[in-house]
Amino acid sequence: MESMIVHGLEWTTKELFVYPNEYIYWSIQIVMYPYMTGLVAGAFVLSSLYHVFGQKDLKELARFSLVFSLALLPTALLPLLFHLQQPLRGIYVMLTPHFTSAIAAFGIVFSTYAAIVLSEIWFVYRQYFVEQTLALQGQPGPGLVIKRRLYQLLTLGAYDISAPALVKDKKAVKILAATGIPVACFLHGYAGFIFGSVKANALWMSPLMPVIFIMSAVVSGIALCMLTYIVIMEWKKLRSTPAQDTDVAQVSRITVMEEVIAKASRYLIGFLVAAIALELLDLIFRGYTAMKSWDILRFVLYQKDFVNIFILQYGLGNLLPFILLILPRLTIRRTVIALLLILYGVFMMRWNVVIGGQAFSLSFAGFMHYHLPLLPHSAETFKEGLLGALTVVSIPFILFWLINMIVPSLTTDQETP
Amino acid sequence: MRCSRRDLLAMALTTTAAAILPVTAFRFLSQAEVKVALADPALRWGFLVDTEKCVGCGLCVKACKLENETPYDAPVTRTWVERYIITKDDQTHIDSPRAARDGFTDPRIRGEAFDPAEVTKSFFVPKLCNQCDSPPCVQVCPVGATYQTLDGVVLIDRKWCIGCGYCIMACPYGVRFFHPVHKVAEKCNFCYHRISQGLKPACVQACPFGAREICNLKDANDPITRIIMTQRVAVTKDEYGTKPQVFYIGLDRNVR
Repeated sequence: MESMIVHGLEWTTKELFVYPNEYIYWSIQIVMYPYMTGLVAGAFVLSSLYHVFGQKDLKELARFSLVFSLALLPTALLPLLFHLQQPLRGIYVMLTPHFTSAIAAFGIVFSTYAAIVLSEIWFVYRQYFVEQTLALQGQPGPGLVIKRRLYQLLTLGAYDISAPALVKDKKAVKILAATGIPVACFLHGYAGFIFGSVKANALWMSPLMPVIFIMSAVVSGIALCMLTYIVIMEWKKLRSTPAQDTDVAQVSRITVMEEVIAKASRYLIGFLVAAIALELLDLIFRGYTAMKSWDILRFVLYQKDFVNIFILQYGLGNLLPFILLILPRLTIRRTVIALLLILYGVFMMRWNVVIGGQAFSLSFAGFMHYHLPLLPHSAETFKEGLLGALTVVSIPFILFWLINMIVPSLTTDQETP
Repeated sequence: MRCSRRDLLAMALTTTAAAILPVTAFRFLSQAEVKVALADPALRWGFLVDTEKCVGCGLCVKACKLENETPYDAPVTRTWVERYIITKDDQTHIDSPRAARDGFTDPRIRGEAFDPAEVTKSFFVPKLCNQCDSPPCVQVCPVGATYQTLDGVVLIDRKWCIGCGYCIMACPYGVRFFHPVHKVAEKCNFCYHRISQGLKPACVQACPFGAREICNLKDANDPITRIIMTQRVAVTKDEYGTKPQVFYIGLDRNVR
């Protein structure tokens, strides 16, 4: 028999009447896609809070989240490639964009955004690149020579680090960060538009979808940046020996971290409230207007997916971390728990939108259930299974580790030369 | 920079050659090719399903699968037949076992038997692509791999489809699926390869009861078009604004 795999058959079970061709076509990778782009957009917005709005106390976090958003960037592409039935043709989206399609904007928005992030990082680190090139001059050993060449390349030949030149750099960063905010929002808002504009899908179709996506994107992006920042700082603290690190430096670093976290969590709460308010508005509106699809939607929302939506997403993922964050005397440990829950909550939101939107048949007379492939036994069950999702999740951290070797983003002011 | 006349000429030649290169991708079409490309403005394919005539034998599905090389046992299909049983308690029971490829041989639906005294009405509804006038699948294709011909049929370019599945999501009728072998979007196209040769679609030809008919909606003398024009016909799911071009006689309000 020729290779015959009906896409979706592997992980879909049907209940009552479902059209013959209906399957869960958009599976875990399409959950990952808005989740990852959301993290990218959120991380960038967080860094812009410092660069554009001058939130000085976010300075430490800003540099880190900017570099982290670069590390996250390729992972917004990866889920799409994993999902495509013809991954080698993915480039066609750029070659022959068909502009009535929301996805066609991807190539343009994504590359614009990538250009902005890259150039902003360049302006932030240009001085550092020049200093490294000069410091490594004449150093022996092939490793250092390569390192120097790399930094030399990264300067792009701009060696002027006089005060006026650096002022210009700062200005460029500010402009780029400011243009980056709408582009980041667009990058993610259009991901929401991809879903919100599908008129065939009763759960997705909503003009609020892009806004909801942006809000939850910022929430998850800020949460991930804060979490990673805390983890790295704690790890550094553990690794540092008294000989290298004086008590004073250590104490000051901890207070800096606590201040940053306290400030960032206030932004987090704000965006979280906005995201939940919009989602609830959407839900109430659907119930109140009770269009033709409401019968089946109500059944999915309040019965089939009740635990996923109301317990896991709203309860565990939104309400609980909200309470944890607003209670007085916020500790780092409590923050970490709240952040993990928020990240989980946003993931569940994506899950409930993407999978939940396919939980009922277009006939409104039946249901479909998604069974995530845990152990892969084919390329397809790897790509669109648990392992594929974990691959997508782990890549930004590996990339960050690599990028951070070249552009250190985790040093405090005392440590930077 | 110094530039001799020789250099200038050489550079000009190279630039011109490089600029012309992409132009070679274009070519002139023959008269016949132009005619096909522009299609006949006096042609718009339409379809008429008479649900009163359908007995659910499934020969249309079988013929379609064979004609269009949809793997025979794969649970996906370009066309299918639905069975509706409506009972006195106003419950609608629907099924389409194996897309009705082998007909309806079991009077039960998902194992549930019905007392004939309890059944108020029952009927069959064949389904296929509606070749919508404003097709949402074409609108959402990110690469333009699916397109509408001038005679109204929506086609898919198997060499250009990236397999994102957006069109499958956008179709309110669930007619699209991924082809198990070609790994691209697939759907009914009224057997375009046949109708453009003057033949009838496989399902139309296979139907022993005349429940399926194809017509040219722009030809008022076409007998099928006359039925659509003069009799009371309906379309499925017109609330989506897709302007479907498959018309139904005897479409019940319970049909999904």
